[in-house]
Amino acid sequence: MRARQWIMAALAGLFSFTAAALVILYVVPFRGVSGAPTTTSIGGPFTLVDDTGATVTEKTLAGKPYTMYFGYTFCPDVCPTTLLDLSRWIKKLGPDADRLNYVFVTVDPERDTVESLHTYLSSFDKRIRGYTGTPAEIAQIAKEYRVYYRKVPTDDGGYTMDHSAVIYLMGPDDKPITVIPYQEDDASAIAKLKNLAAPTPTS
Amino acid sequence: MRPYSKFAVVSVMIAAAFPAFAQGTGSSTMAVEQPWARATPAGAKTGAVYMTLDNKSGTADRPTGVSSDVADKLQIHEMKVENGVMKMREIAGGLSIPASGSVVLKPGSYHVMLIGLKKPLTVGEKFPLTLTFEKAGNISVTVPVQAMGATQDKGGMGKMDKMEMK
Repeated sequence: MRARQWIMAALAGLFSFTAAALVILYVVPFRGVSGAPTTTSIGGPFTLVDDTGATVTEKTLAGKPYTMYFGYTFCPDVCPTTLLDLSRWIKKLGPDADRLNYVFVTVDPERDTVESLHTYLSSFDKRIRGYTGTPAEIAQIAKEYRVYYRKVPTDDGGYTMDHSAVIYLMGPDDKPITVIPYQEDDASAIAKLKNLAAPTPTS
Repeated sequence: MRPYSKFAVVSVMIAAAFPAFAQGTGSSTMAVEQPWARATPAGAKTGAVYMTLDNKSGTADRPTGVSSDVADKLQIHEMKVENGVMKMREIAGGLSIPASGSVVLKPGSYHVMLIGLKKPLTVGEKFPLTLTFEKAGNISVTVPVQAMGATQDKGGMGKMDKMEMK
């Protein structure tokens, strides 16, 4: 009996901790520390170029909900994993998938050119578009989407990038709906995307 | 003269045995188990190799270098996601493999990063890789390339990764 009580207490503790951690990680960034929704603080105007060479702005995405993920092609682990997860979810959405736009924004514009992004993304669902720009343009969109990224020099003279690893789910009116954290399970991620594709997504 | 000739015979035997030894998956003190690499997206300049390093000796050991023809440079990195931010670092001082313990290199954690990939890694191909350990010396393994969506070597329990608490 005693052992079982300990286990129950430990499980309850673990659950509370996880719930608290999730709230801090994924709800606070959207609602701000005051707790009031600050929906205007994510997203904003931008001018970039996509992986086909076309100029894109926030108006390119207007009228359709979209997912936005920031990463870079020299990323060996988390970026291909996320793009592969997203490709699988897109496939599982079926016809609903075409109600959304999918954007991969590089945080490494110095190495990720239009051509290299296009080649890289050919390995994933073709509906995922890559955006790049000048370092200043990338800095601006990252700021607007509250994305953290930082160049980290390596001993050999190269560098890697630290970067936010969540997928933003944005409503048709550019209103943030929710995020999909790294390694979200399929059922939960697909439910979030289905909601996003609904006529009026609920946040 | 006689002791010298005996020495020569033994030397030749050791030399003859060495290539076979080097192609195995371990030494008497370190085993490199289930190495695998993930297929890379088109045009990718980096990749990752995963494996389990099993130290069978009574003293800690650490890899001091990794080499392979498939990339310009190989480094052991730690990847972690903290507060939703992905961070990747070369491990300062090297990855310590505890005495009689093992360390698993897997997606979302430690990996051997392939820097300057000469060509994309495609499913089904294999490539040689050599790890140099401070104490166990050189260990060469053959690394099979698995699908991009793989989370672990096919011989292992692929579901385990998903069950872990983050």
